[in-house]
Amino acid sequence: MYNTRVRGILIQGNKSYQDVSRDIIKPLNDKTPMWWWITAFLATGALFWGVWGFYNTITVGIGTWGLNNNVAWGWAIINFVWWIGIGHAGTAFSIFLLILRQKWRTSINRAAEAMTIFAVMAAGLFPLIHMGRIWDGFFIFPYWNTRGPLWDNFNSPLFWDVVAISTYFMASFVFWYIGMIPDFATIRERTTSAVKKKVYGALSFGWIGNARGWLRFETAALLLGGMAAPLVVSVHSIVSMDFSVSVVPGWHTTIFPPYFVVGAIFSGFGMVLTLMIVMRKLYKFKDYVTDGHLDAIARILTFISLIMGTAYLTELFMAWYSGSEYEMFTFMKNRVTGEYKYAFWTMLTCNAIIPQFFWFKKIRKNITMVFIMSLFINLGMWFERYVIVVTSLSRDFLPATWATYQPTITEIAVFSGTIGLFILGVLAFFRFVPTIAISEVKGVLKETTTLKSFTDEQH
Amino acid sequence: MEKKYWQSLEDYKDSLKKTTESKAEAVPEFSIEGLDESEVKGQSSRRDFLKMLGFSVSAVALVSSCQMPVRKAIPLLNQPEDLIPGVPNYYASTFFDGVDYCSILVKTRENRPIKIEGNNLSPLSMGATSARVQASVLNLYDDARLKDPMKEGKAAKWEMLDKEVVKSLENLRAINRKVALVTSTIISPSTRTLIEEFTKTYPNIEWITYDSISASALLKANDINFGQATLPSYNFDKANVIVGFNADFLGNWLLPVTYTKQYSSRRKLNKANPSMSRSYQYESRLSLTGSNADIRYGIKPSEEAVVLLNLYNRIAKATGQPTVSVGKASVEIDQAANDLLKNKGKSLVVSGTNSLDIQLVVNAINHMLENYGKTIDLSKPLNIRQGDEAKMQQLVSEMNAGNIHGMLLYNVNPAYDYPDQEAFKKGLTKAKLKVAFNDTMDETAKLCDYVLTTNNYLESWDDSEAVKGIYSMTQPTVRPIFNTRQFQDSLLLWLEKGMDFSTYMEQLWAKKITDEAMEVGDFTSFWNQFKHDGVFHHETEVDHPEFKATNLKAAPAAKGGMELVLYEKISIGNGKYTNNPWLLEMPDPISTATWDNYLTISPQYAEEQGLAKEDVVTLNGLFEIPVLVQPGQPYGTASLAVGFGRTDAGKAAVGAGQNAYPLMHINKDSFQMGGQIINVEKVAGKNYPLALTQMHHDMEDRPIVRETTLAEYKKDPSSGNELHAYDEEHNATLYGKVDFDGIHWGMSIDLTSCTGCANCVIACQAENNVAVIGKEQVRNRRIMHWMRIDRYFSKDEVNPEVHHMPVMCQHCDNAPCENVCPVAATNHSNEGLNQMAYNRCIGTRYCINNCPYKVRRFNWFEFANNNKFDYNMNSDLGKMVLNPDVIVRQRGVVEKCSLCVQRLQEKKLTAKMENRSLVDGEVQTACSQSCPADAIQFGNLLEKDSVVALNKEDERTYHLMEHLHTLPSTSYLTKVRNTEA
Repeated sequence: MYNTRVRGILIQGNKSYQDVSRDIIKPLNDKTPMWWWITAFLATGALFWGVWGFYNTITVGIGTWGLNNNVAWGWAIINFVWWIGIGHAGTAFSIFLLILRQKWRTSINRAAEAMTIFAVMAAGLFPLIHMGRIWDGFFIFPYWNTRGPLWDNFNSPLFWDVVAISTYFMASFVFWYIGMIPDFATIRERTTSAVKKKVYGALSFGWIGNARGWLRFETAALLLGGMAAPLVVSVHSIVSMDFSVSVVPGWHTTIFPPYFVVGAIFSGFGMVLTLMIVMRKLYKFKDYVTDGHLDAIARILTFISLIMGTAYLTELFMAWYSGSEYEMFTFMKNRVTGEYKYAFWTMLTCNAIIPQFFWFKKIRKNITMVFIMSLFINLGMWFERYVIVVTSLSRDFLPATWATYQPTITEIAVFSGTIGLFILGVLAFFRFVPTIAISEVKGVLKETTTLKSFTDEQH
Repeated sequence: MEKKYWQSLEDYKDSLKKTTESKAEAVPEFSIEGLDESEVKGQSSRRDFLKMLGFSVSAVALVSSCQMPVRKAIPLLNQPEDLIPGVPNYYASTFFDGVDYCSILVKTRENRPIKIEGNNLSPLSMGATSARVQASVLNLYDDARLKDPMKEGKAAKWEMLDKEVVKSLENLRAINRKVALVTSTIISPSTRTLIEEFTKTYPNIEWITYDSISASALLKANDINFGQATLPSYNFDKANVIVGFNADFLGNWLLPVTYTKQYSSRRKLNKANPSMSRSYQYESRLSLTGSNADIRYGIKPSEEAVVLLNLYNRIAKATGQPTVSVGKASVEIDQAANDLLKNKGKSLVVSGTNSLDIQLVVNAINHMLENYGKTIDLSKPLNIRQGDEAKMQQLVSEMNAGNIHGMLLYNVNPAYDYPDQEAFKKGLTKAKLKVAFNDTMDETAKLCDYVLTTNNYLESWDDSEAVKGIYSMTQPTVRPIFNTRQFQDSLLLWLEKGMDFSTYMEQLWAKKITDEAMEVGDFTSFWNQFKHDGVFHHETEVDHPEFKATNLKAAPAAKGGMELVLYEKISIGNGKYTNNPWLLEMPDPISTATWDNYLTISPQYAEEQGLAKEDVVTLNGLFEIPVLVQPGQPYGTASLAVGFGRTDAGKAAVGAGQNAYPLMHINKDSFQMGGQIINVEKVAGKNYPLALTQMHHDMEDRPIVRETTLAEYKKDPSSGNELHAYDEEHNATLYGKVDFDGIHWGMSIDLTSCTGCANCVIACQAENNVAVIGKEQVRNRRIMHWMRIDRYFSKDEVNPEVHHMPVMCQHCDNAPCENVCPVAATNHSNEGLNQMAYNRCIGTRYCINNCPYKVRRFNWFEFANNNKFDYNMNSDLGKMVLNPDVIVRQRGVVEKCSLCVQRLQEKKLTAKMENRSLVDGEVQTACSQSCPADAIQFGNLLEKDSVVALNKEDERTYHLMEHLHTLPSTSYLTKVRNTEA
């Protein structure tokens, strides 16, 4: 299946099975490093600031934000879409690559999935805090009630959103968790601490690693992957429908679902790249997350960036081709030129132009450059959502209602809080969970290593 | 079960032992053996009882401490006959505050007035109101009102005050020292009689009528030309051509409500016989009237006389009269002159400038055009604006000379609005007796020893005669809320008449009224009818006085430099209502600014001086004021609103603008609003934020206000509205058409009639408990008004065309907002209403985004009971104005125009109880009920002959943004301008 001669060596450094377990579990048993504490401290600070933002919003009102009666959505929705986009990569990574039997995913999928979970959690906070009456938020669930024939509006994209995101979160979580069961069992076996033994023992659901267990594990992973794959497409398509179902110029376009899904995978891969570079540096995982991995991701990003560029150009073309003066105004006078042109051009540069440098092998091989470019992608994707949300609303149909929008300190606090939450989650993941799927890496080890004992066995 | 292997006998025994042990362990899980007796029998121990008790008590305590406070409504012990809780009573009354007049109906609920409506029976106001009239109900519940009479700033007893004041008055009479009674214009015949009686009893009292903004020059000109110092009745409805010179007759000049009604009646298009009046406006600032004029010219105040005299000469030449020598006019007058000459006797020239020379020219022109007796009626003189500045100036100098020993001030505030207020204040200190009849501790009352707290007009009896022979009744709609007494009752008490003013009034009327005038026979039925209708008119035929020509003065040379024009805001007027938060937050129809006054400058001047909106300048070194660049402001002029800068008006007025009265142009005998040269200097680096409700003023070539000219309309009634047919044809849908049976509510707004006066905005606010949010939040573009008037400029910035467009929820039958609400909080009724269920709304605000008209309002904060929004919804008194039929919205929900659903339900129920169907026009929304231009029509689209159904068939009809296929129930009629010859 996997041809080393074609694809190269996946796991570097002539690792044996013991090496793999030892290397990956080592950070979990080491003393907590200083950078962990510092980052955790900063992230907790950000989280607390976010808690203040939540408190302020809930007790005083949405008026603490910069929104108005014309631009009624702002940072909260921008950041929601941004996080959801990032939350795309993990599942996309694992599932698509699993189905396509891309073995190189094994070193990355665990971290990517973890990132998904925390990003979706961060994203999920925004629809909550964004509600004017969060205390009545449960109205959004269809439940039998005593209020007469009062039911949800199944036509509303926001309702689809709730369903899509909660389904996606649950599916991603189960997929991620099931993948971790054998690894938890490995830790349970290796650890010397009685507490850890108990905890990981419980987490591993009594996994003993017998043949039947593995068989079922593989089948479950494949089945879940198959089921979750459409979710990757559906969740961001539905998020995009929050916009495309409306009549607002710049939102009301049919290109949105594919454009959003691709954009989400783009931003997710960008974030995976950022995190992987950090992780392999800190945990010295260069043998597992190899330059080849980064190269592969960079290549994918180059391709997606081209799709993004095409999407942007298509939008502009459609604005002209549709003959709608409102669309034309939004795109040409309010995005390409006009008050928000800086946001538009930042978006275009970061998403469609900068990743094109990955065509050069030199840049792909320069990890610092790759890291910087991954940050640009994250930034560009944020600006994409900013451009979509703000420019369309601030100047829509009636010029008398045109208004501008500036975020307030509360909105910034809420955003920083979600960043804090995400980073804390990632840190906890780094600290307590094997960041690379040990069992899966072992699964590919035999076929891809140059270690003598294995190659001998093969022949 | 896995198969067990054993190696030795010990092993075997061990395993057997283990099996039995594990079996023994497993017992409790599957059987009740081995369990405690108490568990099996379910008995509780004393301990369990105490545990349960403790838990219950603490849980109850926790839950009950979270409960909402209980507010009790106490039912009436004795139900008054005419009061049914939940059913409103209407009383006919009159609004007159010394300046504005309007006949009204007061809606009361559970004995408290909550809303003002127009009185259809009045021949003057004809069912219309103005924004100020609508907002006046809030003044009744103003926290700044005095709750007790005051002596030297402290609450006192009436008996004591009466005794002391009467004693002082008697003392002054005994030694024959002069006392001045300064009042605003009084149009009440009974009050006038009473004051005359009072001054007869106290001959040392001189009665002076003082208005902050008067029409004294016009009075004097009529005295010279006709021998009677009166203001004539103007008939704007009979004029084919109207030429105005700085007369904002649709805004603040004399009887704006009446004039708007008359004016707009000539701006309705009848397809069979299309005709419209044409209005010219020569003015020194962009006024509401100017914004509605067909042809408008910008002139400096000092040029007005020149332009007028040129017009005079043109007409004099054509009619064979002697001309006057005058320089060339800076603007074109030929078209206006030709139109006037073509419409002799059917035209009208008016000037709002308080200058005798100018008013004499205007009178002469109207005389040459034979307008007297036709469009101008001196036989029906106006009784408003009778203030005499010459007398007031004389009084102030006498006060300063120490000749005035007592001052009685009723409904006037010269310490604030007299141009030389320092002189007035200084003079006032010299009077021994200073009595103010006032309802608040304003700038003047503060300086008086005695403040006799007066009633609000909604608590008072009065009659009024705004125009000779047209009477209107003021009657109390609520018992005085505080320890107050109306002015007339004070005088009656002091005169020891032994009766209250209502009796006095009734007796006077019984004496005065003739049988012929009464029509009904006996006086009691007449009086009851008068109280019921609120109006009564009995006009006697009087010959129109003869015109006596006089020499016209040559116009003075135009001055150089920057000329200032003062004006009254459509919202707060002369400053009496500066503490009314509804009016303070009402966007100016021209600038859309709220909460402040500001210096409007012309775009050209702004460019020259490098000034931009919100830059601060000093005016004559007097005070700092922000500037606003106003298209249409003539170059070389700047305008500033009076009425701001109140220091003692109340909490809402704090910090609102600067007092512009000291900048009035003082003439020998009149105060002028325009013409004084000012010195404007930029304060470097200083900015003052202004709260505008609209930032973009260009329609961007979008078909928003669709317009045409009368000439085009005659050729093709659908001119300017060609898109409508296209959109109707191209509107396609996959879904079936929604069918309504019985009722489909609809509204139609005639943009040709609408003047943009914003009466509807305040009427809506009063009816629907719309929150006031304060300047900062208005600046954040969060104004809560359910109804707004969009204003666009077109053509050039020097003299733009102005478009006013009222926009509220369009009640789309295919509403974008309804589709996207996740909880179905906004939905469609079977009568075509786009409804909002506030208690279902969770505030996702998606509907706001998806509304193309942006008419939805989000409750960004808790606007009621919140000290941060200390307006009328934060005090028990202020909250009394709230309409009990409309919920006060909670923080976090979206609200919007409901088409006054509570009013629709009320009328539907009435019709149902009377077992009949609704009559067209019976159901009115708050905005349509009192529209002075009859621009807003409301009714059932399914009723064949209803106004809205007929309008829907009109070629001028279109829907806003109709290409979106939102299918609004609200439609607009194109704006037709009568610009071409």
